[in-house]
Amino acid sequence: MPTEILMPALSPTMEEGTLAKWHVREGDEVHAGDVIAEIETDKATMEVEAIDDGTLGKILVAEGTEHIPVNRPIALLLMNGEGAPDNAPPDTSNAAPIPQPRDSAPAASDPFQAKPQQDEEPQQDEEPPPDLGETPPAVEEAPAGPQAAPDEPAAEPELPSGTEMVTMTVREALRDAMAEEMRRDGDVFVMGEEVAQYEGAYKVTQGLLEEFGERRVIDTPITEYGFAGVGVGAAFAGLRPIVEFMTWNFAMQAIDHIVNSAAKTLYMSGGQMHCPIVFRGRNGAAARVAAQHSQDFSSWYAHVPGLTVIAPYTAADAKGLLKAAIRANSPVIFLENEILYGQSFEVPKAEDFVLPIGKARIAREGADVTLVSYSRGVAYALDAAEQLAGEGIEAEVIDLRTLRPLDIATVVASVKKTNRIVTIEEGWPVCSIGSEICAQVTALAFDDLDAPPTRITGADVPMPYAANLETLALPSVEKIVAAAKAVCYRE
Amino acid sequence: MARSFESKEARIDQPKPDTGSRNFWLDQARERQHAAANSPRLTAEEELTAYRNMLLIRRFEEKAGQLYGMGHIAGFCHLYIGQEAVVTGMMMALRDGDQIITAYRDHGHMLATGMDPKGVMAELTGRRSGYSKGKGGSMHMFSVEKNFYGGHGIVGTPAPLGTGIAFANKYRGNDHVCVSFFGEGAANQGQVYESFNMASLWKLPIVYVIENNHYALGTSVERASAEWKELHHRGLAFGIPGEEIDGMDVAAVKAAGERALAYARSGKGPIILEMLTYRYRGHSMSDPAKYRTREEVKDMREHHDPIELVRQRLLEAGHDEDELRGVDRDIRARVAEAAEFAQDDAEPDPAELTTDVVA
Repeated sequence: MPTEILMPALSPTMEEGTLAKWHVREGDEVHAGDVIAEIETDKATMEVEAIDDGTLGKILVAEGTEHIPVNRPIALLLMNGEGAPDNAPPDTSNAAPIPQPRDSAPAASDPFQAKPQQDEEPQQDEEPPPDLGETPPAVEEAPAGPQAAPDEPAAEPELPSGTEMVTMTVREALRDAMAEEMRRDGDVFVMGEEVAQYEGAYKVTQGLLEEFGERRVIDTPITEYGFAGVGVGAAFAGLRPIVEFMTWNFAMQAIDHIVNSAAKTLYMSGGQMHCPIVFRGRNGAAARVAAQHSQDFSSWYAHVPGLTVIAPYTAADAKGLLKAAIRANSPVIFLENEILYGQSFEVPKAEDFVLPIGKARIAREGADVTLVSYSRGVAYALDAAEQLAGEGIEAEVIDLRTLRPLDIATVVASVKKTNRIVTIEEGWPVCSIGSEICAQVTALAFDDLDAPPTRITGADVPMPYAANLETLALPSVEKIVAAAKAVCYRE
Repeated sequence: MARSFESKEARIDQPKPDTGSRNFWLDQARERQHAAANSPRLTAEEELTAYRNMLLIRRFEEKAGQLYGMGHIAGFCHLYIGQEAVVTGMMMALRDGDQIITAYRDHGHMLATGMDPKGVMAELTGRRSGYSKGKGGSMHMFSVEKNFYGGHGIVGTPAPLGTGIAFANKYRGNDHVCVSFFGEGAANQGQVYESFNMASLWKLPIVYVIENNHYALGTSVERASAEWKELHHRGLAFGIPGEEIDGMDVAAVKAAGERALAYARSGKGPIILEMLTYRYRGHSMSDPAKYRTREEVKDMREHHDPIELVRQRLLEAGHDEDELRGVDRDIRARVAEAAEFAQDDAEPDPAELTTDVVA
């Protein structure tokens, strides 16, 4: 039997990629370890090595093909003596056409065009992928959460009607926000691990070095405590640093400067010493990266007076709120989610799209139960709402967007309508964002509640590695649906 | 725990001149005194300025200690008495626009930058005219106007924060230098070395001043530091030069400060000055200082006092006792006025509780 060579995953959260180049042809002899192909994602380009000796029997996916799901066979490797099968088994499990053009392809003149990771292997852009005469493989399954932004409530007042919308990923929205603010204000700069030459460990700072140079896009050593302090000092001196933490897990080393130096100094100085700084990076659970790389720090930072804490879900919110954060005169904690980075949403094409900090968004209207969440939790909540609608329960979904200051008025107004509330977050249950919301709702809308406020949170354990345990440790649509039905007294 | 001089001496593997002293680092100070003939001289005017500035810190801190004893000042109160020459000499070397930042033994630094003793004392008493409106206290005062960046309560933080201020100088392309003061206890902290690395890597204009007063609260430097005789060499692994300075001689401090500032200003990157100094009082007002003997403190006061050193030089230069007593009298009056102001001033308006949280 020929051995299938599968589309490899480059990272725990990669779901699909592009087959950029084949280094071998059908019939070529290959040895284990030979580089046979290059694949790329929106974050990186990687080489695929042969895992066994043999002859390349058939190439199943032509070079240039995009959106190839992880684990799809891309070629067949024949052991010695095997013949090439006449009918290579094309994967027909999913025959949907691939989306074209790819939404993340930068235009040739785009200043953010990615630099090739391997200069000696230029992309063969000039050669169109050969027509295979068969439907190219398509996206196997949508990543968690909807691909398009939910309907924006008409009440979002800051957008003029008729504003054109463009589709972009959260990653691109964050990058655009930084780039626009850096163009606008020379005091804004970015520092962090791998933000410059590598263009971001999660490729959020793609193209910034090229446009703004090494004075304003600064690679730091792996010393979070030190460079967070350097950022705070620079902010005291009047600059507007954007400090990227590769992930918020690593910011534990820097939390002293975030809390003691950044958050408290305005107060301790009687209003004299400002600290206009944004700390941003990947927060929450990624996928299968275990306890020290999967933690939601939302409630930690939301606890601290002097900080503003933002955790967006959509690309539009990511852009509009990051721009607002960079312009803020106090320290802002900006919590991003790795799984959302690659997801696309509609973003207003506006000259200067800035959203107000501290304002929640009603992501879906409903009258039966209020679901409150933020960041990736909103995706769970929207999916749950969809499912609940099928069962006759209309859920209202509130995307908090900002966790401090908390827009409790919007939550309470919704609860006065639905009389029921379920909060959803990935973080641990004790002293969680949900705890705070439930306490405030109980105090402010006690007489309106028809059921106990309910929290869906991460399990009260360090994040496990095993796939089944990890699933158990995180919120899920099923858990939300069950909780929503429970507060509606429905089976 | 109090330790005998004998046990401390037993650890010292360095030959000592027979000076009659029983303490290694006092011996060092003595050697420096012997070398004083070669020490850099101040002009007559500078000498008098140094005397006046150091005496203001001394009298201010004495008064703060009194007010603490009377219950007018509360919380933590770390007095700078004994260390006056360090910040005074450094400030004499600074140029306009240069910034300083320090930890929590900070009253002297504030006065040295020219901050108003009334505002500092009113902050100590927790009153509304204090530099932080009474919301910061002893450890947390700032003056944007005087380029004083605090006033930080967490040991070691002035290193990266000061490095960030130096980063801003380089980013803006001005020729200002930041001076970051921290103690020999902080010199063991990880963030200090993270800062050294970045400052040297990026050639930032910063002078790190290690104020080695020999005791991190109650732990003497040799009990906390694997290598404690040459803290000024702690930057060598990062390519940062360092110098050991007699921190009890304001003239030596000023001369070293000028060398270091010129080095940092020239774009060569950071430099370290280790100031050997001594605090006469406890770590804070609540420290009974059982970890050292009365004799040790007495010896420092009597033989190595930074103010007395300058006073003697002024007398030798022809100033008379009456004139210097007059200087002291003026300063005492200024401090008394500050103390009176700080006790009479109103407490913060209750509405101030919730202001200045976010901008």
